[in-house]
Amino acid sequence: MTDTAPLKEEAYRPPRSQWWDVWDQFSTHRGALIGTIVFLTIVFAVLIGPYLWTIEPTFIDIRARNQSPSFAHPLGTDQLGRDMLARMMAGGKVSIAVGFTAMLLSLLLGTLIGVLAGYFRRLDGPLMRLTDLFLALPLLPLLLVMVMLFRETLSARFGPETGVFILIVVAIGITSWMQTARIVRGDVLALKEREFVLAARSIGTPSRRMITRHVLPNVLSPVMVSATLGIANAIITESALSFLGLGFPPDFPTWGRLLFDAVDYLQQYPERVLWPGLAISFTVLSVNYMGDGLRDALDPRIRGR
Amino acid sequence: MFDTRTGRKLVEVRNLKMHFPIYAGLLRRRVGEVKAVDDVSFDIYEGETLGLVGESGCGKSTCGRAVLRLYDITSGSIWINGDEIGEADFHSLRRLRPTMQMVFQDPQASLNPRMTVARIISEPLDEHTRLSRAEKNERVFDLMDAVGLNRDFANRYPHEFSGGQRQRIGIARALALNPKFIVCDEPIAALDVSIQAQVVNLLEELQAKLGLTYLFISHDLSMVRHIADRVAVMYLGKVVELAPRDALYATPKHPYTEALLSAVPEPDPTIETRKKHILLKGDVPSPANPPEGCNFCTRCPKVMDICRKVEPPTFEVAPGHQVACHLYSETTHETAGETAAAEAHKSIQQGE
Repeated sequence: MTDTAPLKEEAYRPPRSQWWDVWDQFSTHRGALIGTIVFLTIVFAVLIGPYLWTIEPTFIDIRARNQSPSFAHPLGTDQLGRDMLARMMAGGKVSIAVGFTAMLLSLLLGTLIGVLAGYFRRLDGPLMRLTDLFLALPLLPLLLVMVMLFRETLSARFGPETGVFILIVVAIGITSWMQTARIVRGDVLALKEREFVLAARSIGTPSRRMITRHVLPNVLSPVMVSATLGIANAIITESALSFLGLGFPPDFPTWGRLLFDAVDYLQQYPERVLWPGLAISFTVLSVNYMGDGLRDALDPRIRGR
Repeated sequence: MFDTRTGRKLVEVRNLKMHFPIYAGLLRRRVGEVKAVDDVSFDIYEGETLGLVGESGCGKSTCGRAVLRLYDITSGSIWINGDEIGEADFHSLRRLRPTMQMVFQDPQASLNPRMTVARIISEPLDEHTRLSRAEKNERVFDLMDAVGLNRDFANRYPHEFSGGQRQRIGIARALALNPKFIVCDEPIAALDVSIQAQVVNLLEELQAKLGLTYLFISHDLSMVRHIADRVAVMYLGKVVELAPRDALYATPKHPYTEALLSAVPEPDPTIETRKKHILLKGDVPSPANPPEGCNFCTRCPKVMDICRKVEPPTFEVAPGHQVACHLYSETTHETAGETAAAEAHKSIQQGE
């Protein structure tokens, strides 16, 4: 602890942005750093890789099917002779995009509904009953109906790939926000009774700034946790949908699709299950570690420990 | 002593009622209400400190919060600095907020754990002023100087401070907008005894320097004696006695005040052993279901028949000394003077 007089110029230093403290703490969290590096590596490989490895993921070379890893095909080829590395990179782009967007959507919905329900007493009943309703809905039939109803319209409007992407992201997003909403509502209810909220009210802070300044920063930890878990969930749900034939077209690679295609050849070519499985696991794990580090870094009480 | 007759009334509270509804049953029907503050009236003069004392759960804090309109009051009127705020809507209230501020009981809970000290203190400035960033920082540093916090603490978080320092942060926040009136809601109750004196002295210093007016809520009678100019005693949602400090401590009129004061320990053991303690029997009745007549009739050592039937009005037994008790009723409306009341009081004491 530095004391008083001799540090004249330091004593006058202006209040520093909180984000520097957050970065300081985040960079001391070893798991978070490794997670970030792994995640960035995967993202770069998926984004830049196709420019370096120029084989088309849908190019069928029937004579080279079912090959083991070699220099020509580092990850081998599938039953139609398509290059696995190219398919992994193309699939990763879709899977990560779906995972992130769906997570963001469900997080946004969940936090919004949770905060509104917790903060405004009048909205609590209706919004929480809505949450219960969504929790009680059987997921797969609902998704089936959604795909049935909207697939054609969306495909016609945005093209088959973007259309299905929007459909899947929305489907996953609006069926997975309920847990977040419940957790956030509980936390907001407790926070609302804390004295610092009363103090802010005695200053005359209006509700919207009360929420953004006092409520949201304090519910960040549970939101962060559900976010990291949400990515994993979204990637896996997407693969389940693809498997059921409800997702992307069969020749369109995603990690989930690759995984399920490879399951048929599990006995003969186990490495084909391994690649997408490993990719999904590493992505989810690295995101979890990043979320962990971020949550710690955002909490000033844990910071500096 | 502070002369209440010459000062200007800064705060006028008339018939303030704060009732919290109780809902029960399957249909959540309203089955009753907790009368946390029931028909309270008092004035606070500019520059004085009004102490508000009473035991736990008697409605002190609710009263303080209701005066600042942190609750929607059930009925009554509140005038602060010439503005009626009892009925004011959010926007006109927001405009009036800078004149009235509050220091909270628990300094840990009243500071947002995710904001730095600088942000906490500048929050009122963000809300009500259009200062530039540099001016805000300057103001924050000035406030930190005023409450005796090192400027270097500006980037720290509340959990890194001791209780006394946190309370200083709370006081700095309350001072940020140059208020006239501050409600101190048990500002020292959560602090160590050694720190209590520091904080109380700081409050007194600031009052002298900035001409502040305090409503000082506390259950610590000796601390109230130290800081307050006038003292109001609350029991079960009502003000039972309101008097200048010296008069209240020297000649308490209401039996409840007597009991409360007799419970204050005396530092001198010889006096302490000789002192007669008035022990109140029983418990405070529920504010959801107060007794008929006088609220204190279930525990009063001098209870009379009338107390169980009629609610006592407020009598002025001496200039500025008001008491709500039937003991003073026969004499006061004949000779509305100090002597008669004092005699009545004496005769009752001898009669025991």
